[in-house]
Amino acid sequence: MSSSSSAKQAAPASTRAKPANKAEAAADYLDGRLGIYSLAKSNLRKIFPDHWSFMLGEICLYTFIIIILTGVYLTLFFKPSMGEVVYNGSYAPLNGIHMSEAYASTLNISFEVRGGLLIRQIHHWAAIVFVAAMFVHMMRVFFTGAFRKPREINWIFGFLLLFLGFFDGFLGYSLPDDLLSGTGIRFMEGAILAVPLVGTYISFFLFGGEFPGTDIVPRFFTIHVLLIPGIMLGLLVAHLILVFYHKHTQWAGPGRTEKNVVGMPLMPVYMAKAGGFFFLVFGIIAAMSAIASVNPVWAYGPYRPDQVSTDAQPDWYMGFAEGLIRVMPGWEVRAWGHTLNLGVFIPLMLFPLVLVAIAVYPFIESWITGDKREHHILDRPRNAPVRTALGAAWISLYLVLLSGGGNDLIATHFHLSLNDITYFVRAGSFIVPVIVFFVTKRWCLGLQRRDKEKVLHGRETGVIKRLPHGEFVEVHAQLDPTALHKLTNHEQYEPVELPAEVDENGVARKAGVVAKTRAKLSEGYFGEGNQIPKATAEEFKEITSGHGHH
Amino acid sequence: MSDDNLPTAHDAVHGHGEAAVAENPFADPGLPAHEPRRTDIDERAAKRAERQVSLMFVVSMLATVGFIASYVAIDKSKIVYIFPLGHISALNFALGMTLGVALFCIGAGAVHWARTLMSDVELPAERHAIEADDETRADVIQQFKTGAGESGFGRRKMIRNTLIGSMALVPLSGVMLLRDLGPLPEKSLDSTGWKEATPDAPIRLINMNTNEPMKAEDIGIGSLTFAKPGPSASRPGGLQETDEDFQQAIAKDALMLIRIQPDDIKDDKSKGLGFEGVLAYSKICTHVGCPISLYEQQTHHALCPCHQSTFDLSDGARVIFGPAGHPLPQLKITTDPSGYLIATQDFAKPVGPSFWERSA
Ligand code: FES
Repeated sequence: MSSSSSAKQAAPASTRAKPANKAEAAADYLDGRLGIYSLAKSNLRKIFPDHWSFMLGEICLYTFIIIILTGVYLTLFFKPSMGEVVYNGSYAPLNGIHMSEAYASTLNISFEVRGGLLIRQIHHWAAIVFVAAMFVHMMRVFFTGAFRKPREINWIFGFLLLFLGFFDGFLGYSLPDDLLSGTGIRFMEGAILAVPLVGTYISFFLFGGEFPGTDIVPRFFTIHVLLIPGIMLGLLVAHLILVFYHKHTQWAGPGRTEKNVVGMPLMPVYMAKAGGFFFLVFGIIAAMSAIASVNPVWAYGPYRPDQVSTDAQPDWYMGFAEGLIRVMPGWEVRAWGHTLNLGVFIPLMLFPLVLVAIAVYPFIESWITGDKREHHILDRPRNAPVRTALGAAWISLYLVLLSGGGNDLIATHFHLSLNDITYFVRAGSFIVPVIVFFVTKRWCLGLQRRDKEKVLHGRETGVIKRLPHGEFVEVHAQLDPTALHKLTNHEQYEPVELPAEVDENGVARKAGVVAKTRAKLSEGYFGEGNQIPKATAEEFKEITSGHGHH
Repeated sequence: MSDDNLPTAHDAVHGHGEAAVAENPFADPGLPAHEPRRTDIDERAAKRAERQVSLMFVVSMLATVGFIASYVAIDKSKIVYIFPLGHISALNFALGMTLGVALFCIGAGAVHWARTLMSDVELPAERHAIEADDETRADVIQQFKTGAGESGFGRRKMIRNTLIGSMALVPLSGVMLLRDLGPLPEKSLDSTGWKEATPDAPIRLINMNTNEPMKAEDIGIGSLTFAKPGPSASRPGGLQETDEDFQQAIAKDALMLIRIQPDDIKDDKSKGLGFEGVLAYSKICTHVGCPISLYEQQTHHALCPCHQSTFDLSDGARVIFGPAGHPLPQLKITTDPSGYLIATQDFAKPVGPSFWERSA
């Protein structure tokens, strides 16, 4: 029978050639199950361009990994419980004091567990660096226009990571249940209570009753270690997949076009550099944790709602929210038996809005330019003056509010009146960003003008020459083709124009508000005086052909 | 340096960008030629780099050994003085530094290796448009239309609409399930632990520090004293730190007592609530609820350290600066026959931060 005869045959051999060694055999094994060869085919020698600012994103990734590693360690020792205990441990000043198990176990991690303090410090330092790196990374992407198509969605992922990072940082800060963190939670409760209509309900459901209750720490713990990191991990993977898929952006330069990416291959150079960089970051954070102590909870004591430490300060990334709440006037509206606490509610709403402003920017800009093409070459910040100025204005607002958040520290360190600082921040939140906007824009335009000058008249050599008739001139050297190309290849948009008010048949055509706004904005971005027309080939030839002068 | 290591010809991929054409002086000159590094052409330099990389890896190994040794050998309670850090935990310092060096050296070695010995020839790779070509697009849309048509989703409106309805409603169950996270607020924010005080059953003010009831003369002019409720019907021992709900109770009951010359009290109503110039205010800031702790006796101003709301205690705790929206509630106090300060009623207004349902 044919079936039995075929069963007796040896299993059909793979058509593949025999592997040359053990490693190849192992790879073949995996390929047969996971298809690794096809996966690696275009990725093993994938090209990554090189620029120091591209490592900012790497720092974010690595600190995130460090946070997860150390976080897992900490969960092995931390007891997220508000059950009351009397402390009896090696930190003598707190012996015999009533405190929550959460606080007591934090003390234990710091004093009883060998290396526990170090891991706690690494966890906290890494979190601080993580948020800072996300911030700076996002600024890099913003100021270079790297968020433009096709990367707008990845910008949103990045924004969400920043937002969740802020939030998870706050939750983590709250877990030890020391005097400082308890004060932070109290602040949060007060803010929630200010929400009209549902504030008290949200507060009671969150705290399991009245503040502080005994549920908040275990609840925050679950959200801090499970819910938010889970979401962040998903977003991070999506973020990285998109980075891989889009390929990296690159700076303009010889041989670099919108259609290619120039750099070093993943294997081996990038692997070694990026892999090595992980260890550099981890090493530096470990050393920092050995040297500089952050959040010494034992110095604050356990939380009690009727006590406070005077230098209550949140982590820096919450500082601007703190600033908002500090400088807001205490507006409270009472009517029909209800209270609307605007003094707290407005800052509570502004906090996400200040952040969302950056989230939506890519969509606003692409609407204004009407540009539907892909962009892979980065903009020099000076070549997008309005964008750069907006970014700078935003940062200045952030810093003004941050100084509002630290008004007490500024007051004591610089011997200033606290009230004056608050008044300054109130006015400054409106004035400073506007000033910064205009200064930055002018600065960018000045740099553009200088670039044009350089292209047309060459670069100053520092060599002074005396002409036959006695005049002294500085010799300018013509730029090489690489520099010429770099300084002239950027794109300059034309402002969009409103359609003629009367169409070709003489019928009046009305431009809608939207179209008008867009034309206005576009004029503001790319109109006269908002960008310097770059040097043209004709101008260049005119000057270099000998008819020019200098 | 031997000549045969020098590159003879440029790599094929280099120098072939868009050639600079005479018409366009700004044209892309193309990828520049590769410049060899010292380690590319000098075998001795390469060997030196190799040794440097290995040295860093060796240092890392030693540091890890040091980490283990520190973990075992250094006592966790040992404090050392290290300039300029001050007195710090020896174990934390040793573990952190050794771990830091162990990790850093791996990184530094790898990066040095990549920079000096791995190829630094830049290579171009093509990008491909993210958008699919028109054919693919049309094909997928067609497939989708076929699938959608077979499902009848567009045709059978009733199924479609009821499906959308059910999908919209089903998450409500999840929201509902959150209800038992906590009790309803009801009126609990309106009252404090002083609510049981009546003229017949007053509650004594207990000094927070001494745990003793106090008399008016115990409070010096210009001093700030903190108090909590004494024994009441439901709490016969008074509020104690060991009480299960101590945190919750103290978050609302905490009092701040000051004594002002009766003539200096600007607000008559406030004066009436006090006893011989002793005024009892809620210690909980009306902004977002920090305890107030700073008092300036000259001006009678109390300052909240959290966001610096400032209250004039001689004027009914009116807000004179900062983000708080209303005065601190005041507790009416008097004395019992033996001269101890007592409360005979709750605060007239809710203490702590504002909330929607707060009417006063
Ligand atoms: S809680 Fe007192 S000022 Fe904000």
